[in-house]
Formats: sequence, structure tokens, C-alpha cells
Amino acid sequence: MNFPHRHVLGIKQFNAEELNFILDTAESFKEINTRKIKKVPTLRGRTIINLFFEASTRTRTSFEIAGKRLSADTVNISGSSSSVVKGETLEDTARNIEAMHPDIIVMRHGASGASDYLATRLDCAVVNAGDGTHEHPSQALLDALTIRQHKGEIAGLKVAIIGDITHSRVVRSNIDCLNKLGADVRICGPKTMLPPGLERLGCRLVSNLAEALTDADVVMMLRIQRERQGKTLIPSLREYSRYFGLNENNLKLAKPDAIVMHPGPMNRGVEISTAVADGSQNVILDQVENGVAVRMALLYLAAGGETQSED
Amino acid sequence: MAKEVTEILDNTAVQRALMRIAHEILERNKGTEDLVLVGIRTGGDYLAAQLQQKIAEIEGVKVPRGTIDITMYRDDLGSRNDLAMGQTDIRFPLGDRKVVLVDDVLFTGRTIRAAMDALIDLGRPRNIQLAILVDRGHRELPIRPDYIGRNLPTARDEQIEVDFNEQHVPVGVSLFK
Amino acid sequence: MSGILIKNGRVIDPANNIDANLDLHIVEGKIAQVGQNLVTENAETVDADGLLVTPGLIDIHVHLRDPGLEYKEDIVSGTQAAAAGGVTSLACMPNTQPIIDNLAICRYIISKAQEQGFANVFPIGSITKGLQGETLSEMGELKEGGCVGFSDDGLPVVSSELMRRGLEYADTFDAPIISHAEDLSLVGSGVMNEGPVATELGLKGIPWVAEDAMTARDIMLAEFTGGRLHMAHVSTRGSVELVRQAKARGVRVTCEATPHHFTLTDEAVHGYNTNAKMNPPLRSVADRDAVRAGLADGTIDAIATDHAPHHIDEKNVEFAMALNGIVGLETLLPLTLKLVEEAVIDLTQAIALMTCQPARIIGIERGTLGVGSVADIALIDPNLTWKLTPEKLHSKSKNTPFEGWNMKGAAMKTFLTGKVVYSR
Repeated sequence: MNFPHRHVLGIKQFNAEELNFILDTAESFKEINTRKIKKVPTLRGRTIINLFFEASTRTRTSFEIAGKRLSADTVNISGSSSSVVKGETLEDTARNIEAMHPDIIVMRHGASGASDYLATRLDCAVVNAGDGTHEHPSQALLDALTIRQHKGEIAGLKVAIIGDITHSRVVRSNIDCLNKLGADVRICGPKTMLPPGLERLGCRLVSNLAEALTDADVVMMLRIQRERQGKTLIPSLREYSRYFGLNENNLKLAKPDAIVMHPGPMNRGVEISTAVADGSQNVILDQVENGVAVRMALLYLAAGGETQSED
Repeated sequence: MAKEVTEILDNTAVQRALMRIAHEILERNKGTEDLVLVGIRTGGDYLAAQLQQKIAEIEGVKVPRGTIDITMYRDDLGSRNDLAMGQTDIRFPLGDRKVVLVDDVLFTGRTIRAAMDALIDLGRPRNIQLAILVDRGHRELPIRPDYIGRNLPTARDEQIEVDFNEQHVPVGVSLFK
Repeated sequence: MSGILIKNGRVIDPANNIDANLDLHIVEGKIAQVGQNLVTENAETVDADGLLVTPGLIDIHVHLRDPGLEYKEDIVSGTQAAAAGGVTSLACMPNTQPIIDNLAICRYIISKAQEQGFANVFPIGSITKGLQGETLSEMGELKEGGCVGFSDDGLPVVSSELMRRGLEYADTFDAPIISHAEDLSLVGSGVMNEGPVATELGLKGIPWVAEDAMTARDIMLAEFTGGRLHMAHVSTRGSVELVRQAKARGVRVTCEATPHHFTLTDEAVHGYNTNAKMNPPLRSVADRDAVRAGLADGTIDAIATDHAPHHIDEKNVEFAMALNGIVGLETLLPLTLKLVEEAVIDLTQAIALMTCQPARIIGIERGTLGVGSVADIALIDPNLTWKLTPEKLHSKSKNTPFEGWNMKGAAMKTFLTGKVVYSR
């Protein structure tokens, strides 16, 4: 199968067949991560620049390891050490980096649409590692891979996504991805954290946690940012935890073999209790592990994909 | 474009060739000790299964067999359309083993180069031997098979295909002009 | 008699209820005669066969950026853009640097426009000094100096008390208060209309209620004070309805709508198009349709462009960082004529919305072809189609969401006080 994409900007650009192809490719790369010598020469001689304007140890490390295991030369540039603080525009920063001829730029940026912006202005491939509250495609794919690993088939599964939907980039990519792969996605959170038109992304809003959890095959908890408490969206983490936190009791509403996921980093005792976070149903570390394989697949496909710009 | 098809080996000839290769492998390795078979996806994988069976018929021993996918080791990323990747599945250590690498058709040698790199990344075999059903020539690398079913000089633009049935058993070899 | 004779055109002059094939004779910058088959001696003849002859268009919401931000636009380039769009009079907003809150700036603008401009420029003074929302500007002196209204455009007057006093004080000098209605606490850090598109793009939304809530407050204050209120750029279903109801109650309120709000919706933001970023933001289909309905039933009194030029560097950035606004002077006419083509309004309504009605809001003696009035005239070919190429715009800035659109209708000649200031 070929991969008619130059960039990886979001789940939006892929159809179900392509999503499955990415997951299959990731499956193949998974084997490498269990070897003694965890390196293949696939991207030998390629240069990948991880351009991170926001701190994200987890995602950056995962992309860096993925690149290195494919034998690419990876270079990390972080926002604080870049010229952005000196007032340089994103386009100029990116053009300067491109002048050093990287094959792929992996970018994390605080502004929604930043990777789309870059992709229309650069010749090298752009892989979105999270843009504002827009998309985070590699996270959605690693979630899908983890679900597939535990449940076999994604189609027909009931997936509950719970938390701060408004401020989550993960959730938009996840809804789109799971919806395209045939899952039934339900969303739940305080109304202050539910943006309008969510249904249009391919999910169903349910009014409370119990309804969301009932008979779920997969429970995905989103991180609640501590700085949001006491402002206008929620009165306190304590109350949030009471009505939207996952614990041993309410998890019983889900199917007995339901898996519990979290994109990390977790707030133990807020959106997820320690008992659940460490319990037998959690697959959180599988997510992290699958992250490397998914990112290897994305880098491989971006390097080998369409060489001409799509537009 | 309609192509002219010629059958090079029929079912019987293929089976005979594989049986001969099995004997040669055993003879050269003085039995099955430390012997493992690794087939290159997907044709070589099917043939390795045949050889495993034939060795078992002769020696009564089922030698370990694995599958290797060489996509990650190819040197043509960016110039090929198909990016599909299979899985490598070798569930035994390769260290100090005598590895017989199996493929269906030997052509430029680039696949074998990739497969050897892949094998070495997985462990340090005592040696690697190469078994091929059809050697059609046109090597681009200094690679020479140890076991050959049939030598078949071809033109560069011709195509050789090993035909398998639904059970992945080889039933013939065809030449497309 | 010499002068200029415009022959064979279709004269549309809503101020005088005229829509007929008539000739028009200009002498010494004024309209001398309007009638059939006029015969004049030595007059230069302009053949307007197939063209509309209308009063020069009036845009009461323009940012000329002069003084202070001349890299975006200045009085010369801005009025050139106006003339090219058939606009002969414009009111310019006070958010220049320095702010139009004192007589010196007001006089600078008027004199520069008179000396170098291609259109009449009527400054709008700020309601509060320095747009700070703290103390009232010296409206009396500003009005005497030529300001035609007062606005803190770009910002609402947050304090209700101050807005009350502004309405009362401006009315003392018979000037309207032009309200930029948004409740800033509801706007927060929003960058586009709140709705499904914002959700999909992951952009912070601005809810319609931010405009409606402030519109309601300002209408109540106008009702209470009896002052004259003009609502700038209404963009929501709710604010159109609020104005409609207020007018029915007899409140002294008028309002304007922009071509982009009656043409586009927030779907235009897809692809993070920063030229679709403005304030108020492009809204939903329901809002756009409500604005159209408001134009059709007369709730909306004027079409004004909110011409807001920005340098390419201010738009060629991440969406959230881009400045608000688009250029509009050169697309006012075709986009309004599109409404006629789509049978939302008729041609007379369209011309009235761009001439006599806005003139009435800011109290200027323009927008009419009555005998004796100043000869500001637009000759319009309603059928001329042209493709919008940003580079060809007369404005210094090229920030338009209509790039590549096929426009229908254009000013062929624009007369300012009887002189041709633009010819296509």
C-alpha cells in the first residue's frame, strides 16, 4: 500500500484504510522495541528535527527514541532555546531550520493550526506532535493501537472519553480516529468543558459519568489541568473528582474486561484514583510503549510518503 | 499488456528440487544440530515451511523456523510506492546457530543483503547459508547461494514467479516475458 | 454653461425617489440639472450608457490608520481605495496613534484629506480619552472641529455609567454614539465564533451572547437617556432582533452591517485562514441569514465595511496571533450587488444602504443627487465581472478573504465634487 500524504497533520486527513495501515505498520515496528539491539537502518541518513515550542517530555522523548531506533539523526530544539523568545516569527524559525535540510520536522506548538501553517510553507515533511487544542494524531493512533492490542477489533466497541474536552487536543484526534474505525464514542464532562458542536466530530454526549461508563469497553480519562480549578470552569478539584473522577466503584459500571486509558501525565486522586491507575484494568504503560512504535510508523511513512506537496 | 507465460518448473520438479535442497542442507551441516531455517517474507517463508517438513521427513527432527521481513532494511525508501511492512517473527535465539536463509527467487542480491543485516541485528549466528529455489542471475552484490533449486538465465526485464496454492505450497515456477 | 454632462445612464437616487434613465449636469462641483435629454453648451460629455448613476457611496466605518500606522494604510492610499470602490465619503475610526480625541488630530486628518485625498473624510472622535474607558473626550470641540460621531471602536465602553454619560453628552451636541458591542469577559481569549467550526479547529470561541449582551445594555442606555445610538457591525441574530425591537419601541437607535458578515460564515476560517479573522468574528449561517433579513426589512440602516487594513506580517502568523480585520472598501459594491442578485434586497435598497441612509446616521449632506447638492457621483457597471487579485487592490494592505473570488459590479468612474478621482 502506498501513503499518499506528505505530512502528518491530523487524523482528519486519513480514511479508515489509511489509519489501519498506519496501525499495521506500527505493529511491525513494535517487535524492534523488544530486541536486544533496538535499531533498524530504515531511516539511515535522514535528519529529523523535533521542534518543541511547548515542554512535553513524554511526547518529545517518544519521538526522539522512535527516530533513533530507525537510525535517523534526531535533533531537539525547544521553544525556550529557540529564537522565538527573541521575536522571530514561526515561519522564519522554520525556514531557518529547513535551510539545514532536515527530512522531517516534528512540531509541538501551543497554537492550533501551527502545523498546518508550517506545512503550507515548507518543503520538508511536517509531523504534528500536538498543536494547541486542535490535533494530536500520534496520541490518538497509539491509543487505537493499544485498544486493538487488548480488544482485537475496534469496530463496535463502546468508548467513553471523560474530562476537559474543550482544552484537549487529544480528544479531537481520538474522536475522529475511533469514529472512523467504527467505535461508538461517548463523551462526558462538566458542561463548562464541553465545546459546542462536538457531535459533528462523530461522538455522543452523555449527561453523567455513570451513563458514560455503563457497559463501556474502553474508558479514557483526560487530564484535568490543576490551574483550572477555582477559576470559572470548575469550583475545585475535589468536586471535579467527586463527579467526574474514575474510581474502583464507578469502574464497576463498565464491562468487567474494560480497559482504562489515560494520555498522561495523571493527576492521581483527581480524574483517576490511585487504585484504578495501578489496577489490573489499566493499560497506561502499554500506551506509552505503543507510542514509540506508532511514532516510528509515522516517521517511516512521512519519509517514504508522497514526495510532492499534496496541494 | 499481455505477457507471455512459460512454465519453468512444474509441481513435481519443484518438490524434487526442494527435497534435494533438504538433503544437501543436512549433508553439509551433518545433521540438524544448531540448524535453523529463516524464510524471507512471503515466498521464502512458505518455502522454508516446506524445507522444514522435508527435513523432518528425512531426519525425524523439526528444526526451528522463523520469518523475517526485510522492509526496514531496504535501501530504496523514497523511490518505491509500496510502503507496506510485514512482521519479523523469530522466536528462538540466533546466537551461534547455523542459519539457512530461504528465498524463492535470487535476482540482484539486494534482498539477501537486507536479510543478512536484519539477521545480524537479531543475534550473532555461527554462519548464514542461503537456499534459493530459482537463481535467475543479474547480481548487483557479491552474493552466492549455497543451495539452488534451478539456475535459470533470464533477461533483465523478464519476471520469475513462484506460484503457491492456497495452503502456501509451491506448485510451479513461471517465467513472464 | 460648461461643466460635465453624464448622459444615458440609469440614475438611482433613493434620497429623491428617483430610478430613471436621466442625464445629469454638473457645474462647478455641484449638480446643476437632472432630467431627460439635457442639452448643454460646451459641457464635457460622459456616456453612461448601460451604467448606474448613483450618489457617491458612503462608508461610515473605515480605519484609515493615519496618523501613526501608515505602514498599513494612510489617508492617500485609503481614499484611493475608497474612490476605486465608488466610495466618495467615509468616516474614519479614532483608533489611530495618537487617538482622535483632540482637535489637533481631527484637523490633521481633515486637512490632509482635503489636500491629498481622493474622498471626503469625516473623522469619528473617541468616546473616551485615549480609548481608555475612563473619561469622556471633549466632544463639543471635536464636533465643532468636524467629527461626525463618537466611538471607542475596537473596544466597548465597559463602564455602564460612562456609556450612559457618553450618550447624554454626545446628544448635547447632536452627535451619535457608535457602539462596538462586546462583553469582554465573555469574549475572553476567543479568536473566532464559538461553534462547531471552532471546536473542530481547536480555536477558542467568542460566543454570540458576548455581542448580544452588550447590544442589549447599550440599547437600554439609549432608551433611558434618549441619546442617539448607532450599533457598529451587527453580526448576530440576537443583536439584529434587539435593534428591531428597540426601533419598534421608538428608541433612537440605528445600526450597520458589514459585507463580510452578510456574505461569509465561520466556515471561512477552515485552514486557519487569518484573513477570515475579524472582530466581530464571522458567525454561523443562522446569524448571517439574520443579518440579511435585517437588511431586507430595514432594521439595518447602512452597509459599512469596517475596512481594517493590516500588514502581511500581521496576518502571516499563527491564527491566534493574527490581528483582526480585513480591507473592505474595494469589495463593498460587488458584495452588496450580490445581495441584489440573490434577491435579498432590491437595487434601490442596496444604493440607499450605501448612500443616503449612512449619510443620515452621521448627519452629513451627502448621498443625494438632488439639484444643488455636491457632485459626488459613482458610475457603476453592475454587470462587469472581475476577479479579485489582492495585489491589484489600491489599499496598502491586501488582507482580504475574497482572494480569487469572481466579483460582479464595479465603479467605472468616481466623481468627487464634480472631478473624476477614479476611472476604471
